[in-house]
Amino acid sequence: MFNIERWQEIFEAISKNRLRTFLTGVSVASGIFILVILLGAGKGLQNGIEKQFERDAAGIIEVWSGTTAKEYKGLNPGRQIQFRNSDYSQSVQKFEDKLDLRSASYNFWGGTITYGKESGSYQFRGIDPDYGAVENVTIIQGRFINSKDLANNEKVAAIGVKIKTDLFKDKDALGKEISINNINFKVVGVFTDPGGEREEARAYLPRTTVQRAFGGGDKISYMSFTVKKTKDYDEALALSEKFTTDLKALLRSKNVVAPDDDSGINAYNSVKDAKQFYDLNLYIRLFFWWVGICTIIAGVVGVSNIMLIIVKERTKEIGIRKALGASPFSIISMILHESIFITTIAGFVGLLASLLLLEFVGPMVQSEYFRNPQVDFSVALTTLVLLVFAGALAGFFPAYRAAKIRPIVALRDE
Amino acid sequence: MIEIKDLHKSYKMGSSQLHVLKGINFNIEEGELVAIMGSSGSGKSTLLNILGILDEADSGSYILDKTPIKNLNETIASKYRNKFLGFVFQSFNLINYKSALDNVAMPLYYQGVKRKERYEIAMRYLEKVGLGSHSHHLPSELSGGQKQRVAIARALASNPKVLLADEPTGALDTKTSYEVMELIQGINDEGKTILIVTHEPDIAAMCKRNVVLKDGLIIDDKKVEQVRASSYV
Repeated sequence: MFNIERWQEIFEAISKNRLRTFLTGVSVASGIFILVILLGAGKGLQNGIEKQFERDAAGIIEVWSGTTAKEYKGLNPGRQIQFRNSDYSQSVQKFEDKLDLRSASYNFWGGTITYGKESGSYQFRGIDPDYGAVENVTIIQGRFINSKDLANNEKVAAIGVKIKTDLFKDKDALGKEISINNINFKVVGVFTDPGGEREEARAYLPRTTVQRAFGGGDKISYMSFTVKKTKDYDEALALSEKFTTDLKALLRSKNVVAPDDDSGINAYNSVKDAKQFYDLNLYIRLFFWWVGICTIIAGVVGVSNIMLIIVKERTKEIGIRKALGASPFSIISMILHESIFITTIAGFVGLLASLLLLEFVGPMVQSEYFRNPQVDFSVALTTLVLLVFAGALAGFFPAYRAAKIRPIVALRDE
Repeated sequence: MIEIKDLHKSYKMGSSQLHVLKGINFNIEEGELVAIMGSSGSGKSTLLNILGILDEADSGSYILDKTPIKNLNETIASKYRNKFLGFVFQSFNLINYKSALDNVAMPLYYQGVKRKERYEIAMRYLEKVGLGSHSHHLPSELSGGQKQRVAIARALASNPKVLLADEPTGALDTKTSYEVMELIQGINDEGKTILIVTHEPDIAAMCKRNVVLKDGLIIDDKKVEQVRASSYV
């Protein structure tokens, strides 16, 4: 129960022993400060890693063709394998129930895109509608390529914001005609890409239009897929690995490539890499928690030591108080209240300082694998509970020791 | 007020036992002013500590204001100390970061007296010992005699049945000692039972009864013609 008299006693003791209080507070505040900064740094690493994966949709499986390296069924090695629309349609048909996103792409690495007097060299790709989600683009104006565009071989383009800025400056690009390798396309959308400027210097066109307009026939450069989402990461990994193996087997069989010839047909499964990154991230975060907890324990031991010294220093005072009628409970209560109060206030200061530092400096930290270190409210709350508990723990043992001192022994203390 | 029968106390000194009190018997009536005398090591301070419930006897009985003091846990002991006893120590034992007023008010805090009333009572006792104008001084700002007066005011503030003073003039010069004794005599004149441990004969002469200890036993216990301290001041 709140006892104003007791608090007056505590404030008096604290205010009359400022250096002691300050030093105790500094050790607690620095412990909490380090813990929160470490947790923030862990989160910063997590953000950095997540940002790496944000460039594209999570768990992409990409399949591309190359030159065979092994002889197979009487065919010599060194054959160039070319994916065609049928490869894509058969793949989609066979694995329909497993797929979430799917797209085939037909790429041109260097195309000249012109609007009025402005022109530049940009990459353009013929893609399927899901490719926007595969690349994780955000449409900021208009729309992305849709299935109707593919079905009607529409000459439409979704352009990256870099192309829009280069060619249109401040003008509106939507509905305008641009020339791509001397063929006119209407701009139907402008997008941004978390992959950055390189991926925003692209134009996406309907795959069927690109194949027809630029002499691609039914050729495709590569295929991109994601498998349906599962709750469990390991399940997702197993599913994606099985799909990749089965897909490669299907395509190798169709294109007469040796079952173990990775040069002929190869695939990249980002789910596998994601697992490694997320595991690494988990270990890093666990490490930061571990270091943080050790810091807190060191802080608690430090505060406990300081409290023991305080009790030792106040032994005579405790003896006097006992002679005047202080019960053991009131002695424990006095020291515990003091300890918890100092720990909580100092902890708050440490917490506030670390949160302010993360709040103001965090957003400025934007390196490749370390971005925006921060702690969320639940972590701050956990830390707060932890420090109050630590304060109680740090104070209890010295308080108990003080309560056990016989008054005659305490009074003799010099 | 105090009844003691066959009180024994030993201390362990390494592997041997030091038998400090070897069977003390005496009674103290209400309103007495008793000096317990003896040379160093005679057991007088040990006896006072037992009477003050700061220490416990090994055997024998101790009855304080009809209450047996035996096998008390520290919580009960602290309650009895607060209710029955007031202490005056040779080294004053004031809390150095508290003002004179705060020091005097402290036993009342442990009695649960409300703050306002506590400070009113404390102020009254500070005025009684002539230090009303020094109420907000810290102990470091007071002379030895003033500190002892604050200690006496503190001992009286909780209105104890018995005042126990361990060499109350031991750290004071002669003139200040007599002033403190004059104050103690005045308090005794009002009816308070007071026990003083001293090795100074002139201080003992200012009491009404002298009990002399030697090697843990009472060798003399007599009423004396009280010398008034005011005659020296």
